[in-house]
Amino acid sequence: MFKIEVRDVHFWYGNSEVLHRIDLSMAPKTVTALIGPSGCGKSTLLRVLNRMNELIPGSRLSGEVFIDGRSIYTPDVDVYELRKRVGMVFQKPNPFPKSIYENVAFGLRIKGINHRSFIDEKVERTLRQVFLWEEVKDKLHKPALALSGGQQQRLCIARALAVEPSILLMDEPASSLDPISTAKLEELIYELKQTYTIVLVTHNMQQASRTSDRTAFLYKGNLIEYADTATFFTNPSSQSTQDYITGRFRTEG
Amino acid sequence: MNRVFLRLFKAIDAAGDWYDRQRGDGFALYGLVFTLFVVAIVLGLFTYVSIAGFPRLGTRFFTGFASRIPEQAGILPAFLGTLWVMALVFLISFPLGVAAGIHLERYVSQRRLARLLEVNITNLAGIPSIVYGLLGLQFFVRGLALGESILAASLTLSMMVLPLVIVATREALRMVPGSVTEAAYALGATKWQTIWYHALPLAFPGIISGVLLAVTRAIGEAAPLLVIGAVAFVPFVPASVFDYFTVLPVQIFFWATKPQSSFLINASAAILVLLALTLLLNLLAVRIRERWHKRIES
Repeated sequence: MFKIEVRDVHFWYGNSEVLHRIDLSMAPKTVTALIGPSGCGKSTLLRVLNRMNELIPGSRLSGEVFIDGRSIYTPDVDVYELRKRVGMVFQKPNPFPKSIYENVAFGLRIKGINHRSFIDEKVERTLRQVFLWEEVKDKLHKPALALSGGQQQRLCIARALAVEPSILLMDEPASSLDPISTAKLEELIYELKQTYTIVLVTHNMQQASRTSDRTAFLYKGNLIEYADTATFFTNPSSQSTQDYITGRFRTEG
Repeated sequence: MNRVFLRLFKAIDAAGDWYDRQRGDGFALYGLVFTLFVVAIVLGLFTYVSIAGFPRLGTRFFTGFASRIPEQAGILPAFLGTLWVMALVFLISFPLGVAAGIHLERYVSQRRLARLLEVNITNLAGIPSIVYGLLGLQFFVRGLALGESILAASLTLSMMVLPLVIVATREALRMVPGSVTEAAYALGATKWQTIWYHALPLAFPGIISGVLLAVTRAIGEAAPLLVIGAVAFVPFVPASVFDYFTVLPVQIFFWATKPQSSFLINASAAILVLLALTLLLNLLAVRIRERWHKRIES
């Protein structure tokens, strides 16, 4: 059974349709990379999966999205509970302007958990999960914004993991990081795959091929190709995918 | 008359031009002239009041009640009245204004309604204070039968400064980075949790400094309080919010309008006290705002 199923999804911002008839499914504990030129709709598609798109006034969706076999766009779905199950990491590291500890603890606090030792333990566990514990264990109560970009991004992942999601959405998580931080992040993605289903938006094709099991190519709101990453990069079935991954792509207009 | 102005403008223009060629920065001259002008006026007034009022600032002045003899008259009831009003305006306008600000900034989703409310609140901020006095007289003093009390006065002044608090709250909330709000939503926080845990703490110093400025404005007002019945002679220390009252600006007004010129000394001294109080509040507001900017930027 699929973890995530996107069926016949169209999406509009106001009158402009930015996603056309998207169908794709993702198996549990896999990494799916979404690639494509800027403005192709890959970030929008990502945000369809945790209903973050709804925060933009005038947006509209048709079609259906299933997570664990249940539609997430029916009226009885609690969107806040949904977002707790579908964590998200943003393009630019965006820790709260609070301490490192409070960043991770926030997810627990909004779940109504206030038990001190439980939170302490959870903070340590999630920080270990993202390989940040050794670096920050002596300054847990220092501002998170004093960390380096790469550390901040891993903190943001820890913050998302503390809520105990089963899916992790990542929107170009490495785009503002240096090569070493990026390598660490990719390693981390590989580790996280053992537990979580990951959807990764990226501009970087090497990153897609290194980290993902399946890759989807979007162009102008259409899903052009969706295949096993190995097949996708070595033997794509569509000409425009071929052009895009070899860098011969021309955006007309 | 028009020709005179035209000449004056041309002369200023020529002077700026000349200065421009000499020093390469013509507007600096205008700026300097007008700045000095404003500073000179304020300093002049302050010096005048200080010279006139300073000798009167003694123990008797701070502990005395109103009197027909200027040398024996004091500001104790007025000073305490102002402190009461200050505290009450803070306690009333803070929760009301902040709640309204949060609602307008984060909860009103219809753009047209938000626009309508915004225009109205901006207009409210521009209404002359005496109109609020009349509103207070009819609604609080008579309608709610609060009488000519500290409470009625504080409610009236709170209504008057509410727009300032609302605007300050909205501005402070708007300064909260969108990425913070987005991050909280993505973790499954509700709108209220996002506001309570993240937006408000970040906006709080901005809100507080806005409220303090509003309170400063309120304690300087005499007109609306005269309308709702502040009295010149309060022969006791106000002990509850339902007591008759007077406040510093009203006391100043009564003293300044007395025929005997030695009451002007009392008025000047009371002005110094009021100035010190407002300056203190302003400094507090500035301090809080500076700390806030540091926090947002770090």
